[in-house]
Amino acid sequence: MCTQGLDQPRTLAAEDVSARAEHFEARVAAEDKIEPPDWMPDAYRALLIRQIAQHAHSEIVGMLPEGNWLSRAPSLRRKGILLAKVQDEAGHGLYLYSAAETLGVTRDELVDQLLAGTAKYSSIFNYPTLTWADVGAVGWLVDGAAIMNQVPLCRCSYGPYARAMVRICREESFHQRQGFELLTVLAQGTPAQHAMAQDALDRWWWPAVMMFGPPDSESTHNDRSLRWKVKRFTNDELRQKFVDLTVPQAQFLALTVPDPDLAYDGEHWRFGKPDWSEFKRVVKGDGPCNRERLVARRTAHEDGAWVREAAVAHAAKRVLV
Amino acid sequence: MGDHEVEALLRVADSCLVLAQRLTGWCGHAPALEEDIALANVALDVLGQARGLLTRAGELEAAGRDEDALAYLRDAPDFRNLLLVEQPNGDFAHTMLRQFLFDAWAVELWPELASSTDPVIAGIAGKAAKEAAYHLRHSAGWVERLGDGTDESHRRMLASLEDLWPYAGEAFLDDDVDRAAAEAGLAPLPSSLLAGWRARVEAVLTESTLPVPPDPWWQRGGRQGRHTEQLTRLLAEMQVVHRAYPGARW
Repeated sequence: MCTQGLDQPRTLAAEDVSARAEHFEARVAAEDKIEPPDWMPDAYRALLIRQIAQHAHSEIVGMLPEGNWLSRAPSLRRKGILLAKVQDEAGHGLYLYSAAETLGVTRDELVDQLLAGTAKYSSIFNYPTLTWADVGAVGWLVDGAAIMNQVPLCRCSYGPYARAMVRICREESFHQRQGFELLTVLAQGTPAQHAMAQDALDRWWWPAVMMFGPPDSESTHNDRSLRWKVKRFTNDELRQKFVDLTVPQAQFLALTVPDPDLAYDGEHWRFGKPDWSEFKRVVKGDGPCNRERLVARRTAHEDGAWVREAAVAHAAKRVLV
Repeated sequence: MGDHEVEALLRVADSCLVLAQRLTGWCGHAPALEEDIALANVALDVLGQARGLLTRAGELEAAGRDEDALAYLRDAPDFRNLLLVEQPNGDFAHTMLRQFLFDAWAVELWPELASSTDPVIAGIAGKAAKEAAYHLRHSAGWVERLGDGTDESHRRMLASLEDLWPYAGEAFLDDDVDRAAAEAGLAPLPSSLLAGWRARVEAVLTESTLPVPPDPWWQRGGRQGRHTEQLTRLLAEMQVVHRAYPGARW
């Protein structure tokens, strides 16, 4: 565990805290990167730990819905692509847990929170992947929405997170294109394949639109996040960018976006109101797969305990030798 | 190119393919995140080896079958993989021992195939030899850790050894197909790989505080298309989408 930055005296005089806070705010405003040993407000540290951990958990839980199709990929080329993609997600989880550790938490603590159900992860992964086309839809829409969120994070004020995001975004962008390419083949394939692609879009469109979080009017973390340059755009701004970019792609695929209110106003694609009650329900734990996803993670963790213990015991024996 | 040569290639290709299929089952479910990544990596490598060899087998067969036709449209009796690789993942001890027994064979096989008279096979094998060396380091490391770890891990390794050892020797049994392939300079005789394999396996088991079991009756038949009950279920899952849409492109 990295403890840099944790040894700052907790009992700084009020004027010292205020001077440091002022210096911190000035550095953030000047687009300076904050690094692990630097002083930072407790709330900034807590905000980052929460966000980076949620992001890491999302990568790990996100392996499950796509991993569901690894054994059934309909060509060996697709099997390899999907396997490499799911593996990338594990890698993203690893960098992100490492980035979070620079803030003074351990991966074990964060994983325990995930398994206890007290930490959140992206709600989109509580939806099931029902057909092979879902693998394409997840790549195209879910990774597409994730990129919208994540590209600005490459400029996040916290250095380790920003740097982790550079590599993650490159890989996510590749995944998004792979998903789109998969769906292109289906959309231009047999009528049954086209129908499979349309069905996937029907089911994944609204959850993807809701991935950006609640509307700005209801978002609790927007203001502080924006001021500290953790976020660069609001939920609604990112959502609109995503819709503007994605609707023409759906048209290219000759697939219909399941939104009767969708209309181009000359500048933007205006869209209907997402079902926020569904969003809240799934976040609160009543999505189609919430339980299943956590059970899968807990099972892997519990079944793996003896392996991790053996590795530690073996390493200790080797040190003694 | 005779049928024997194609058949000899399928024996290696199918073993890699079936192992890759088994390994994908760990993705997202491994004991540690690092192992999710490592096992996916091994699966990707053996899948790549399978794809190269299946494609080559299809070309040599000259019957118009590509890698997908061979992977998805053959039934179990037409698969030529080792029985070892179709055995279920079981716990992590079973998966790692299966992998180790396979890798210890692969590191003997690929350098020999790298001097195959078929330049395509030689090329695939040259790359695969480097991959297999890494895989062996990984799987042997785990056999040692689990064998000489805790009482529980030792017990689990003993159980996996008991279950898998009878399948370990099939890779070294020669038949007419192997002899024809060896005469053509396409592939080594399986029995010629045994001494190297045995030395390596015995060394690692001993280092792991595990016994080297006596040679049993080696279970056999996979390389001739007579499999265990495991394979049809594995293939049913692997082939289901491909077969549900005949003629579709993916």
